[in-house]
Amino acid sequence: MSASIGFVLVTTFLASTVEAIEMVTIVVGIGATRGWRSTLAGAGSGFLLLGVVIAVAGAALRAIPIGPLRLTVGTLLLVFGLQWLRKGVLRVAAHGFQGVREVQEDDERWRGAGMDWTAWLLAFKGVVLEGLEVAFIVVTFGATANQLGWAVFGGVSAVVVTGAVGFGIHHSVTRIPRSVLQLVVGVMLTTFGTFWSLEGLGIDWPAGDAAILGLLAFYLLAALGYIAIERGRVLGLSPGL
Amino acid sequence: MDLAWSWLRGFALFWYHFLIGDDWLLAAAVVAGLVLTALLRAGGVKAWWLQPLLVLAVVGVSLRRAHRA
Repeated sequence: MSASIGFVLVTTFLASTVEAIEMVTIVVGIGATRGWRSTLAGAGSGFLLLGVVIAVAGAALRAIPIGPLRLTVGTLLLVFGLQWLRKGVLRVAAHGFQGVREVQEDDERWRGAGMDWTAWLLAFKGVVLEGLEVAFIVVTFGATANQLGWAVFGGVSAVVVTGAVGFGIHHSVTRIPRSVLQLVVGVMLTTFGTFWSLEGLGIDWPAGDAAILGLLAFYLLAALGYIAIERGRVLGLSPGL
Repeated sequence: MDLAWSWLRGFALFWYHFLIGDDWLLAAAVVAGLVLTALLRAGGVKAWWLQPLLVLAVVGVSLRRAHRA
């Protein structure tokens, strides 16, 4: 397996895991409170729509020349990656290694005949809204690295693994350190976004593709430095910074 | 009509959230960095270093803005 495939797999798997945690938490919460049949039907419909989005967008992106594609996708990934990097730094500095909140369960179980359309719609929206960003990352990342198949495999694996954890061990999915994952994915998207957007401009990186490792180390060290500064602010040690 | 408007609004909000998010400064700095890098390249300067340094600086500024807010 080449390094390029490895990077694509790791990045899409981790990025998808961040959103899959929210997705599975929502679906498990709705299923536990309103019943599973309609909830799973809604979630399945949501995944179907995401599949169509990935297939259509993937086919469209493959028709674009690699230079403009890398500039556009790199810029989008860089902008989005910076937001996750910023959020990750703030959350890890404030709360450390921590999962998402547990879902409150009320006894609102659907007892009527046929489909519970409220559960269906809530699960559908949960999957589509949480999945749309990640579908975009998977398809653009995969198309730009010319590894769309592996990118989709990484994304789907994350949903399957997180789903198995969520359904198999009740509520344990909420203990996955989402903030840390968000930080790591933020660093990776920022790295690839920087690399591809400048390549799209026609910039030659020193050491070629190996510059990715240098950028990764640079942004990782920067993130750790900012976490240290933010922790100082949170603890009131460096209010003036 | 209401449904179409609702989907259109949701689509616009998705892109706003995706591109602008919590701080518009990040997106603005990325675009400014690309423009400056392209200008320097046109002037014959190898400017691969500019965007990473700009990113480092703007994240620091954005974190400081978040702290103040």
